[in-house]
Amino acid sequence: MRDAYAIELRNITKRFGKVIANDHINLSVRSGEILAVLGENGSGKTTLMNMISGIYYPDEGQIFVHGEEVTIRSPKDAFPLGIGMIHQHFKLVDVLTAAENIVLGLSGPTRLDITAVATRISKLAAKYGFDIDPFKKIYEMSVSEKQTVEIVKMLYRGANILILDEPTAVLTPQETQALFAVLRNMRDAGNAIIIITHKLNEVLELSDRVAVLHRGRYVGTVETAQATVESLTEMMVGSKVTLDIDRPEPMDPEVRLVMRDVTCVNPEGVITLNHASFTAYGGEILGIAGVAGSGQRELLESIAGLTPKESGEIDYYPPNQPMQEISKLSAVEISRMGIRLSFVPEDRLGMGLVGSMDMIDNMMIRSYRKGGFFWADRRAPKTLAEHIIGTLEIVTPGVSTPVGKLSGGNVQKVLVGREIASSPTVLMVAYPVRGLDINSAYTIYTLLNVQKMRGVAVLCVGEDLDVLLALCDRILVLCDGKVTGVVDARTATKEQIGLMMTHSGKGGGH
Amino acid sequence: MANLHGVHEPLFHISKRQDYSLPLAIAVRLVAILLALVVCGVVIVAMTGLNPVEVYAGIIDGAVGSSRRLWVTIRDTLALLLVAVAITPAFKMRFWNVGGEGQVLIGATATAAVMIYLGDRLPAPALFALMIGASLLAGMIWGVIPALFKAGWNTNETLFTLMMNYVATQIVSFCIVFWENPAGSNSVGIINSASKAGWLPPLFGLTYGWNLVIVVVITAFIYIYLRYSKQGYEIAYVGQSVNTARYAGINVKTVIIRTMAISGALCGLAGFILVSGAGHTISTTLAGGRGFTAIVVAWLSKLNTFTMMIVSFLLTFMAKGSIQIASQFSLNENASEIITGIILFFVLGCEFFINYKVEFRHRHREG
Amino acid sequence: MAAIIIFLQNAIRQGICILFGANGEILTEKSGNLNLGVPGMMYMGGIAGLAASFMYERAVENPNPAVGLLLALASALVAGGLGGLIYSVLTISLRANQNVSGLALTTFGVGLGNFFGGSLSKLAGGVGQISTAVTASAFRMELPVLPQIPVVGEVLFSYGLLTYLAIAISIVLSWYLNRTRQGLCLRAVGENPATADAAGINVSLYKYLATVIGGAICGLGGLYFVMEYSGGTWTNNGFGDRGWLAVALVIFARWRPLNAIWGSLLFGALYILYLYIPGLGRSTQEIFKMLPYVVTIIVLILTSLRRKKEDQPPESLGLHYFREDR
Repeated sequence: MRDAYAIELRNITKRFGKVIANDHINLSVRSGEILAVLGENGSGKTTLMNMISGIYYPDEGQIFVHGEEVTIRSPKDAFPLGIGMIHQHFKLVDVLTAAENIVLGLSGPTRLDITAVATRISKLAAKYGFDIDPFKKIYEMSVSEKQTVEIVKMLYRGANILILDEPTAVLTPQETQALFAVLRNMRDAGNAIIIITHKLNEVLELSDRVAVLHRGRYVGTVETAQATVESLTEMMVGSKVTLDIDRPEPMDPEVRLVMRDVTCVNPEGVITLNHASFTAYGGEILGIAGVAGSGQRELLESIAGLTPKESGEIDYYPPNQPMQEISKLSAVEISRMGIRLSFVPEDRLGMGLVGSMDMIDNMMIRSYRKGGFFWADRRAPKTLAEHIIGTLEIVTPGVSTPVGKLSGGNVQKVLVGREIASSPTVLMVAYPVRGLDINSAYTIYTLLNVQKMRGVAVLCVGEDLDVLLALCDRILVLCDGKVTGVVDARTATKEQIGLMMTHSGKGGGH
Repeated sequence: MANLHGVHEPLFHISKRQDYSLPLAIAVRLVAILLALVVCGVVIVAMTGLNPVEVYAGIIDGAVGSSRRLWVTIRDTLALLLVAVAITPAFKMRFWNVGGEGQVLIGATATAAVMIYLGDRLPAPALFALMIGASLLAGMIWGVIPALFKAGWNTNETLFTLMMNYVATQIVSFCIVFWENPAGSNSVGIINSASKAGWLPPLFGLTYGWNLVIVVVITAFIYIYLRYSKQGYEIAYVGQSVNTARYAGINVKTVIIRTMAISGALCGLAGFILVSGAGHTISTTLAGGRGFTAIVVAWLSKLNTFTMMIVSFLLTFMAKGSIQIASQFSLNENASEIITGIILFFVLGCEFFINYKVEFRHRHREG
Repeated sequence: MAAIIIFLQNAIRQGICILFGANGEILTEKSGNLNLGVPGMMYMGGIAGLAASFMYERAVENPNPAVGLLLALASALVAGGLGGLIYSVLTISLRANQNVSGLALTTFGVGLGNFFGGSLSKLAGGVGQISTAVTASAFRMELPVLPQIPVVGEVLFSYGLLTYLAIAISIVLSWYLNRTRQGLCLRAVGENPATADAAGINVSLYKYLATVIGGAICGLGGLYFVMEYSGGTWTNNGFGDRGWLAVALVIFARWRPLNAIWGSLLFGALYILYLYIPGLGRSTQEIFKMLPYVVTIIVLILTSLRRKKEDQPPESLGLHYFREDR
């Protein structure tokens, strides 16, 4: 059958414990076609692709490759079928060279002729226009170099069905364009390509067809040519969403936090924050936009006293009190001085909370120091936990259930609830609605607005520009650790911010 | 599709259990111990041709058969328990302190040194205070050295503490040269055998009364320390997630060093108990592998100090019992280690069935 | 001169035993398994080799050295491999903690060795001292002619079969790890099992094979001690702390088998150095015996200070891998 699909999935279902990650999904892609799999974070895209590449095994359903039903028990079964997957987190061994990583796991003569491998790699790279040094160790490479290694690895293996999991999340626009060019070449050479993404503009620019997932369910597939941003959004979120986020006018904003010329360098010696300066006001929400890894984390952590600063100054203006410099202070010293600074980090269960501990112990992350010398107070945190469960409508069997067992939305409510419980004067949140369902997301927006109206300076790092534009008062844009500008969220456009997130933009302020 | 190829599916499927159930956990462990005893029985028959039932009866007799044997078993249980409790704070912090053996030895050496050099010069209270202080300090130093490097440069603590054990062993050998009695025996003999200076006296008429009191107090203290104190919370946060600890404003390095100081010091105190409260001598084999066995005890008890009492007793029971059967049947006393090893294998392996579910896939077969 | 030659010979004799253990453990650790059961597996290999040749020499009127040698060799390999297999089942299939499982294996193996070593003669009907002179002589047989070359011959060629086998294993292991496809796969498994899995490598199989074969090689270390070093006799706990020295040597060699060769020589030399330095008191001798461990600690510290990626332990060392872990 010539017109058989390169890959066809029928009724694929995968459960993790009680959670259904994929619920009877159908999907197909032809050779010589780029299929975009679109969905919000947590909609089951990656799980689905992991079943094609053999990382997971489906609980139910069938997979057909070129019309034949196949069983893919492990990645070893996927390779001979020509299936290659490029994961979001690169699957590369750090201490090995590019060539060693590329040839890893391939059969052949026992003795490994690495020079011959390198020659073949260089040929492949020349053909597609990649820049790659086969003898460079992975740990010496930049992110985009590593991605190149991943793609060459698949080509080297003769993959003709390529799956890319959010490949552009870590790339600059130039690198993204280069990647798209390669992908188009590969499509034109007759390969089937699946690209997982949640960025609509990329879907429209690159793909031939779009399959949409929503909360683990299959919504449908459309021809890209007939799709629009609006129609895709509607499919993606289930029902039409006008981002109807409430944005009250700021009430007499006053200066709360001033950052001047702060530079941070990570342990590997890379500059992560480059002479960043800005002012945050009490009573407003300051959005922070940027491509992933542009220094958002360091910006927040340097204020919180969690990341050492190379240089620069951070001044804190408490309400009705004289200014205090907090640049040199650690997190403990900041809290000891009575500065009520709250922080909802991006990594909820790896940093903000401990998944294996119950709610009381997690409340105590902030409060265990209170009280006498020896004993830790468990009574107040227990009251707090019960209070948060009540007010934020957290679904949990009780305060003694490990928070790791709660759903993503409830985990975030626990974390945000704890952080606002101390009536902060500065509230920093990173990706507060990532992976949350719509209802939970709106709960979080409301909580942030309540804090704003209380005169709190809210700093909100986000990835969805639509949300930032609807929620924030001003938006600070980061690019490569530099502040490329601060714009008024009421008048700015996505295109304007998008430009500032890349080097091409010369935004306002700084 | 009508013809499903069930044959292509993997035979079974392993997934994490969502809910922990206590009855299941107890049942699985009991089955594991029973299986282990059956396997040990088979091994005993295969090796010796003896009746395993008789052998097990001999073990029970050897461990608790007389008041004296019972007390020796209790004494050794206490020593093992103390080491297990001592290393628990480190393990709670996910710091692999495999150096309990060395920390015990160095604490014992410090105790013996005080007994030998000052035993006849100081009044008993001062002498005991000094002995305890010296053992705590020595163990602390031995624990803090690897911790400093772990905190500062992330030096692998498993390997570091392991090596420290043998440095401690050599220090004991070194000291024995000076302390040997009688000369040329290459052993220290009973210290202060005449004056009994520095020997823990009986308490409430019990020979090992002080041992009991000290170990029970420390066990209870560590239980409270880990569960209810601020420092206990810091240890738990560091152990669960260094990132969270950092976020909570905890100075991770300080906690690592402080916790290993406590862990090492308490191991040193176990050295004091072994010298002052039990053997009244010192040798390179004084710790007797307790530093290693204690790791197994702590791990199998899931770091619960009360469970450790039971596990320590069981392991000591087996060891003491086996020594008895060894002499009864003129076998070698190392049989106990084989039996202990087999039991450990089963108990370690059975945890899998408590934490994971194995499901066999049902095949779709028609007709 | 003669003293130096004897010193070197004895250093090599001490070192080879450790080298076997280190080779086995390097192979094991390269798969990501930190097996602290090395002492146990060495005891198991030693006693199995001894018991096999003992039974054989008792059962046959005129025992043939070659048969005794092969039997002992096979038994030691099987017993050491069995130790590795127990560890593998526990840590790979049943996901038990590696450190604890390794220590349990050491308890078991050392007990097994001492039990049989101490009871063998009684079990055999009270024949007194165990001796397997015939088999041991086969293990101690030197090469023809070469040992007679002055100095070079004495230092390099005056040993039995196992000595050269140990060095051969190091060389083959080094070649295997660095120059072959399977070796590359094994390194990937130890560094990053998820990546290896995604590359289609059977992670569990590699871990099993590396650990079992590693155990078998450790078993040869025990056999060397019993046969070539001790001449076919057993002393309880006579093996001392050589098993842990082997673990130390792995660190010292920074997981490279070729480094382990000269490292073993150095360890052997440090181990006996006190006997050859004139004028040492007994106490100072004890301090000298500390040297291998102190040197290892220093190497461990230096490698962590330098943070050179290539010198670090395999990245997944001590962790187990479960594909569907989320």
